[in-house]
Amino acid sequence: MRCVPYVNLSAIFSAGGAGRTVVNLLIQGAVVGVVAFVSWTLFDNTQANLEARNIASGFGFMNVEGGLPINDTLLPYEPSDTYGYAFFLGVLNTLYVAFLGIILSTIIGIIIGCARVSSNWIVSRLAAVYVEVLRNVPLLLTLFFTYAVVLASLPHPRRSFNPLAGVFINNRGIYLPDPHPHTGFWFVSAALLLALFITYLVFRISKRKRDLTGEGLPTARIGFSLIIILPALVFYLAPSVLDFEFAVLKGFNYRGGIVLRPEFSALMFGLVLYTAAFIAENVRSGIQSVKKGQTEAANALGLKSTLIMRKVVLPQALRVSIPATTNDYTSLVKNSSLAVAIGYPDMVSIGGTIIGQNDQAIEIIGLWMAVYLAINLVISSLMNWANSKVQVVER
Amino acid sequence: MTKKSCALIAVAVLIFSAAAVFAGTLENVKSNDILTLGVSEGVPGFSAPDDKGVWAGFDVDMGRAVAAAVLGDPEKIKYVPLASKQKIVAVSSGQVDITSRTTTWTMKRDAKQGVDFTVAVFYDGQGFMTTKASGVTSAKDLDGASVCVTSGTTSELNVADFSRANGIKLETVVFEGKKEAFHAYVTGRCDAFTTDMSQIASLRTTTENPGDHVILPEIFSKEPLSPLVKHGDNQWKDLVTWVINGLIEAEEKGITQANVAEMKSSSQDPTVQRMLGATGDVGSFVNLDNDWLVRAIQAVGNYGEIYDRHFGPETKLDIPRGLNNLWTKGGLLYAMPIR
Repeated sequence: MRCVPYVNLSAIFSAGGAGRTVVNLLIQGAVVGVVAFVSWTLFDNTQANLEARNIASGFGFMNVEGGLPINDTLLPYEPSDTYGYAFFLGVLNTLYVAFLGIILSTIIGIIIGCARVSSNWIVSRLAAVYVEVLRNVPLLLTLFFTYAVVLASLPHPRRSFNPLAGVFINNRGIYLPDPHPHTGFWFVSAALLLALFITYLVFRISKRKRDLTGEGLPTARIGFSLIIILPALVFYLAPSVLDFEFAVLKGFNYRGGIVLRPEFSALMFGLVLYTAAFIAENVRSGIQSVKKGQTEAANALGLKSTLIMRKVVLPQALRVSIPATTNDYTSLVKNSSLAVAIGYPDMVSIGGTIIGQNDQAIEIIGLWMAVYLAINLVISSLMNWANSKVQVVER
Repeated sequence: MTKKSCALIAVAVLIFSAAAVFAGTLENVKSNDILTLGVSEGVPGFSAPDDKGVWAGFDVDMGRAVAAAVLGDPEKIKYVPLASKQKIVAVSSGQVDITSRTTTWTMKRDAKQGVDFTVAVFYDGQGFMTTKASGVTSAKDLDGASVCVTSGTTSELNVADFSRANGIKLETVVFEGKKEAFHAYVTGRCDAFTTDMSQIASLRTTTENPGDHVILPEIFSKEPLSPLVKHGDNQWKDLVTWVINGLIEAEEKGITQANVAEMKSSSQDPTVQRMLGATGDVGSFVNLDNDWLVRAIQAVGNYGEIYDRHFGPETKLDIPRGLNNLWTKGGLLYAMPIR
């Protein structure tokens, strides 16, 4: 925006040195003035129009009892709670979907991306088909599809699948036992933390040893056994660790336990499968950007293939993959707003209901934008930090 | 996506309509020679495109009557299908001239959301539909059931109120669109579906086997449905109000689509003479000529004819007149005197 008048006009007023600076300052001042004037006019007109129609403005309504029904919340909720709290729960749901979505799509994306460059023809073809199909179908359709599949493939609560004791799967959701921790649980957790800490120390010692002698310790084996054996030992010794509250069929539906509702499952499925296709491509391009000679040279030095991946290929591949993946993470967050189409109460769905009841669209849309902006700025800065860690350090 | 962009467009329209804020809707409609009518996304009986793609229904006919009165042609209408959430904003922002779309007249909407209601044209109430197989016979037996509902509606709030008032727990699954909500019920995601009784009856006819679904007897809310216009444009609000009053009064006076011309020339009833413009100047009260109501009735018929065309015994819906009968026949329809 600024560049256009800057370049053109300074060419016209091709005065020398100081004159040009003054002209430039004037032009920039004028642009700022126009922007300020337009913004102020918009604001003023909006206020006048809202007043003429007796539509309230401001966030006062947020403290009013909303009466909205919301079925899937992370914290306890009653319709007698305020609009503000309802919206807050929507934000939590959006964050929850974003957080889980990013983790799952990264895992699946890496698997598919590696499969894409696999030397096995069938595996790489299958991965290619997956990527092309998912990338080229609009996400909204994918969501409708996953939701329809989830609903159509699951039975009525009275004929639930019961694959494991306490696990029920039906078209109202996946019901899992709800764990209630006892004192023993904290002992086991402490043991797990201790095991993780010792493993970390082992890694440090192994690295120092390898730097000195070229020969490391079998860190993976030591770590795994520690992380499994130590908590398991405490589990046997501790008095009572956990008990479970099982879901029970009562009337129409199961009650109790942890519920993953079909709307949530379908949204996660759709978002994760879709985003994973993009991440897979980032992984593929990252791996393919590392020259073949590198792998061959590492081979010639006698490195094991896992070490080649970890020490030679990945550090270079990540440099290519991370910036593109940042974009995909932020898209995932924005795409989660499509939840509204399949009945998952995310921030946009709940905010939309509030607009319907209150008509204060400007405030709610402003909040939506602020929340998405905040989430994505956090993601971007974390990813930029990660990116700076893998970049070549210039000496 | 559609909802978000539409809301944004609505806001943009709100902002940029500053210049047009003092120009009346009537002048706009006349100068554009077209009436912009907000309708539903497809509720058979109220507003839905027919098999030729022409919008038809009870709500549509209210708009057609106004178009005939103002522009002399009921076809001069641009239809704008609105989702529930948009129906208020679309009219308060001036995107549409009238919303005639199964909208409940509530205090908050009337006083705080920038719109004015005209005449309650349909007295409805909210109810539940459930499957015959569930064996439920009363809404109070729905404790623990999942209920599918559309977002941004009074139904959504009423169902929360109903479960609170009766101490039963309902799991509501809220959808953006009525079609999605109803589809989720049909596929078994929910045990019950809730909205206004008339729409339940309408949607039930669209299922594969309507006999598999039962409508529970409880009506647990008052839903006076009314066309709405922008708040503060009294001239336009008066016009729409009196066209609809005229349609109701016409039924009371026995004026029909077929006999309106004859009634105008031969009726000896002074009220009929005034309404149809044979005497007096009532048309000028709403800034129209004296044939305003004749045109409206010629286009769509009187209230009773409109009702029968869309909900009567010959239709698939077959909703009894009930409250929606004239006050002289035990209903609530009572047109204010036209004089």
